[in-house]
Formats: sequence, C-alpha cells, structure tokens
Amino acid sequence: MDTLDLVWLVPALPLAGFLVLLALGRRLGEPASGWLATAACGSAFVTTVVVFLAMLGQDAEHRSHVYDLFDWLHVGGLDVKVGFLADPLSITMALFITGIGTLIHLYSIGYMHGDPKFAKFFVYMNLFVFSMLMLVLGSNMLITFLGWEGVGACSYFLISFWFSKDANASAGKKAFITNRIGDWGFMTAMLLAFATVGSLDYSVVLERAPEIAPVTATAIALLLFVGACGKSAQLPLFVWLPDAMAGPTPVSALIHAATMVTSGVYLMTRVNPILAQGYDWAPSVIAWVGVITALFAATIAVAQTDIKKVLAYSTVSQLGYMFLAVGSGAYVAAVFHMVTHAFFKALMFLGSGSVIHGMHDEQDMRRMGGLRKLMPVTAATFIVGWLAIAGVPPFAGFWSKDEILLFAFDKSPALWFVGLVTALLTGFYMSRQVFMVFYGEPRWGVAAASEPQASDAVGGHGPGGEAPVEPTESPWLMTLPLVVLAGLAIIGGALNLPFTSTAHSLEHWLEPVLEGNERVLGVGTGVKVGLAVLATLTSLAGIALAIRVYLQKRMQPVEPQILAEGWRYDSAITAFVGGPGEQAFEVVAAFDRTVIDGAVNGVAATVRGGGGGLRVLQSGFVRSYALGVAVGVVGLLVYFLTRSGI
Amino acid sequence: MIAVAEVTPAWYLVLGSILFSIGAVGLLVRRNPLVMFMCVELMLNAVTLTFVTFSRMLGDVDGQTVVVFVLVVAAAEVVIGLGIIVALLRKQPTATADDINVLRG
Repeated sequence: MDTLDLVWLVPALPLAGFLVLLALGRRLGEPASGWLATAACGSAFVTTVVVFLAMLGQDAEHRSHVYDLFDWLHVGGLDVKVGFLADPLSITMALFITGIGTLIHLYSIGYMHGDPKFAKFFVYMNLFVFSMLMLVLGSNMLITFLGWEGVGACSYFLISFWFSKDANASAGKKAFITNRIGDWGFMTAMLLAFATVGSLDYSVVLERAPEIAPVTATAIALLLFVGACGKSAQLPLFVWLPDAMAGPTPVSALIHAATMVTSGVYLMTRVNPILAQGYDWAPSVIAWVGVITALFAATIAVAQTDIKKVLAYSTVSQLGYMFLAVGSGAYVAAVFHMVTHAFFKALMFLGSGSVIHGMHDEQDMRRMGGLRKLMPVTAATFIVGWLAIAGVPPFAGFWSKDEILLFAFDKSPALWFVGLVTALLTGFYMSRQVFMVFYGEPRWGVAAASEPQASDAVGGHGPGGEAPVEPTESPWLMTLPLVVLAGLAIIGGALNLPFTSTAHSLEHWLEPVLEGNERVLGVGTGVKVGLAVLATLTSLAGIALAIRVYLQKRMQPVEPQILAEGWRYDSAITAFVGGPGEQAFEVVAAFDRTVIDGAVNGVAATVRGGGGGLRVLQSGFVRSYALGVAVGVVGLLVYFLTRSGI
Repeated sequence: MIAVAEVTPAWYLVLGSILFSIGAVGLLVRRNPLVMFMCVELMLNAVTLTFVTFSRMLGDVDGQTVVVFVLVVAAAEVVIGLGIIVALLRKQPTATADDINVLRG
C-alpha cells in the first residue's frame, strides 16, 4: 500500500475522537476527555507528518495523490466520491491545522479547567478539527463544502458555547447567518462549475480550467470569493469575526485566527487555474477587497479596549493581506503568511487567554498593565508574537508580509502603499496592546473601583465580576503551547527565505499546485531590498509612535469613538435593516399576505362554498333523484328535438 | 273482413315506449321500495325490447349483444338491490323509499 493512502486516517482520527467523546465524554469527565481529544488530534498530526515525509520522497510531479475511500453519490452525471487529495498544498494546511490544533487542545485542558461543560467543549473541538481536515483534504468541491459547513457549524457551537449569556448566543447566530451569505456564493460557484465541466473533482475541474470560457471562469472565481469573504471575514462580511470573540479563547485561537478563517485563502489558492482563466480584473477585485479590509480593520483595532477584540480586528486585517497576496498572484506568499500568521496569531490569542485566565476573566485592557513581572512566560511569548506580527526582522511575520508587499508593489504601487500604511498601523496597535497589558502601572485594582463593569466584555468565564485578585501565571499546560508557538513564530520565516533560490523552499514545494500561475516578478534585487527596508522602517515607526504615546506618555492617545465602534459598521447595518430594510420586507410580507395567501385561500374558500351548496342536493330521497333524472331526460329530449328539428 | 294489420317494427317500439312510461311513472309516484324496484326493471326491459327491435330493423347484431350485457348487469343489480330492500323491510315492514334517506352520507 502506498503510504500516501494513509491520508484518509488524518480526518478519521479526530472523527473517532469526536464519536468516542460524544458517547463517553461525560463519563470520562475532566481531564480524561481533554487528553483523549488531544491524543486524537496529536495522532492525526503524526499521521500527517508520515504522509508529508512520504510525499517528500516522491518527485515533484508525483506529489498529487488522490485516495478514494468510497462512492458517495451517483446521480445522473454527478459522481461524487468520498476521496482525499494529498498534495503539497493540502498537506501544508493539514500539517499546521493538526499541529497547532494539538497545541491548542493541550492548552484548553488548562484553560477549561473547572468548566461544567468541559467534555462537551472537546467534543466540539474534535468535530471542528475533523471538519477542517475534510475541507482541506477533500478531493472534490462537495467534500470541501461539507467541511466548509462543518467548520461553520462548529464555529457556531463554540462561539455560543456559554450560551446562557444573551450576547454569546446572538454572536453565534450572527456568525452563522453572515456565513450563510458566503455559503450561497460557494454553492452557486459549485453548481456553475458542475454545469460547465460536468464534475466536481478538483483534478477534473482544474485540469479543464483552460477550456472554461473567461466569463464563466470569472463568475466561478468571484462567487467562490464571496464564499471566502464570508468565511475569512472580508469586507463586507467581516462583521461576525469580532463578535465571535464571545467564545472561549482557545476557540478564538484555533478557529477564528489560525485555521477556519484561512479556509477562504486556501480555497482561492486551490482554484488558482480558474482565477487565471478569468478576466484580468477579477484578481484586482480580490486584491483591492483584501487591502481595503486590511486597512479598515487596522484602523478599528487602534481604538479597541477589549484585549481579544484588538486581536480579532488584527486577524481580519491580516486575512486582508492574504487576499491581497492572492489577488496579486502571490499564492506562495498567501500560504506563507497563512502559516506564519497561524503561528503568531494563535500564540497571541493563547497569550491573551492566559492573561484573561490570570486576571480572573478580565478582558478590558484599561484595567491591566504591568503584567510582565507577574506573568513572565506569557509576557515573553506574547512579545515574540507582537514582534512577529509587527513585521520586525527576523521574526516570521516580517518575511511573509514583506513578500506580499513585494508582489503587491509589482502589481500596482497603490496596493502596495495601502498595504504599507496598514503595516504602520499594525505596528502601532499591536504595540499599544502590549504596552497596555504588560507594561506601565498596574491598573487592575484602581480602575475596577472607579469604573465597575464598564467593559461589556463578551465571553467571560464563569460568573466573574468579584473583587480583582492578584494576577498569577497560568499552569504549565497553558504555557507550554505558548513556548512552542513562540519558537515557531521566531523561526517560521525559514520556510521561505528570499536570499537564494534554493531557500525558497515553500515556493518549490507548492510549485506543482500552482502550475505556473504564480506571478513572475518584474523588479530587480535593488528594489526588493529597498522595499524590505522601507517596510521594516514603517513597522518600527509604528512601534516608535506607540512607545511615545503609551509607554512614555509624551503624546495624548487618539482613540476616536467612531473607531472604537468599528466605523459604526454594525449600527449602519442595524439602521438599514431596521429602517428601509424592514419597510421593504413589510411590503413583501404584505404582498405575501394579501396576494399569495389571498389566491391560495380564495381557491380553497370557493371550493368549500361550492361543495356546501351542492351538498344540499344530496338529500337521500330516492324519488327526488328519480325526478331529477326524469326532468333531465325530458330536458335533453326537448333540446335535441328542437335543435335537430326532427 | 277483418283488416289484418301487419305487425311492423313500429308496434314493438310503441310497446317499448309504453312499458318505459309505465315504469317511469311508477317509479316517480309509488313509495314502496319493492314496487319502485320492479318499475326500474320494467324500464330496463322496455329498453332491451327497443334494442332488439332496432337490431332487427337494421340487420345489425350489435343491438342483441347489448341486450345480453344488460341482462347480466340487471341480474347483478337485482341481487344487490333486493338484498338492500329485503334487509330494510325486515327491519321496518312499513318502510317507504323516503326512509332510505337515513343511508345518506
């Protein structure tokens, strides 16, 4: 048996974990159920590594391997198999999903300690990992869609995990409904692809992509992008992600930072031949949506006070960078940034979870400060994450972001400039967060007294709200994943170093998937170095600005209310749907009530009335029937005689 | 000399219509279910007589075929009809056809 065939085991193991926990989770209790879930995810990681090593042993041309487990659907021309596609792209995704997933499972054992729904949490977590792996490993669009919906459902379950609080429940609903809009795009694209090519298998669809008419290819690509916008929280569908922070923090790290939200980027990278076949303006649309989202979210992040909200908007912003990369034809850079972002953003979310845990469910950064000395491991690892996301060399984020900006510059300097401004803001808001949380004066005693319950921090872990206790460092179960992720955030850039062509390992690795659709750069080495220096200086400028404002307090912080409220995007939607939207729906509802219902009920009423009238004739008196027949016969006779004139 | 009128088919037709009229009137005016039933049979036989007559006039065997069918159907109908009527009269010896309206849906 081919070792690559083992790929089916990768999603099967978390599925097995899910099923066992579903049946026995409650009985296993804490912490056994957590360990079981971690073991399921960890063994999936080991299997992925085995497959990865087997794939490394193959030639570049033979690295794409489809393993069909069984036939699923066979309807007319539609033939869907439950099959898995192991190729460099999907294995890259599976590696970091299972790897980071295992670390986060481990962390959750510590974080969820004492929660009454401890076992249930891990049931959902394993189901999520299973769905996510189906999404990336599926060999056809329907399996991907299955995973796509699965992760959406798990996201919903986990956002509203503490559903007894109203805000959490509605945050879950918001995520679900917003994602449905995106799912519509995915579904339509899938149907369109089937109608055009007659198959949903990636191998067939992508092989025959050059035969698709440009207009159809553009439509498929943009509809898939609509789906990606929903899942990956891009404008205009990003609204659910900041609210998704209502879920437990490990969920935010795993689903809403590292894995699920990047599935849109994965999808666009997967279908790159279709995108290449479409009109030239389609990638530009994607690039502009990405870069505008990046800037938009970064401006909002500047004024947030909730520790997790800052990270949420930062995630939206970084996802924007990835779509900028996809739109600029820099698929390698997109995947590269996706991986490094998964490292450092998972690290920062877990770090923030550790802070929240240590602060006893306090999420307002205005009531933190000076935690560096009390939580040394969390602080040190968080600082690594900060430097990585801000783009300070040699941390991981620098290399990937620089690559994206380089490609964006090659496509259009305007894109590059917006990206650069975003980089400045990124440096600024992340530094602001680090300084507010880990540096400066401790504020958790003072502010709590003067400003009770000012933060309407979503989430909240158990009751909370009592007098602040001295923050403490989290247990080793939580700090160990932090340390591992910090290590990855430092060295992650080594995946794709730009110095020599052999150092571009990720690019060589992904080459078979991209089939020459990667943009060929037209800029020289001098420009590359210049851009890298400029990007670094910009990031450092952002950090320096934050030092002046928040550390040295030489400048007044500028945090306009409109930014704190996210450009009032949410209230604009509320105002629209509540005002003109509701009126429009009222008209539709009135039409439905009067015309549609009227027609249906009218037919029914006519039939009932007519029946009631005719019922009177059915008297049961045989002789009156006979009379009726006789009169009828006579009438007919008279009619025929007079008509035919006999 | 007694004028011997030739028996033409018209005689049979006239007889058929007289029988049919007697049956029809009887059905309408009588209330005894048994008598009404006999009237129906009379009407049926008037029609079969007409069928046979026309069959002879036109030299076509189809009319006689229909008569056989009518006889079969009538036999079946008699079985059911008499069954109902006898059951009704046994229960209520003075029943009229109008009392059958208790059977209506």
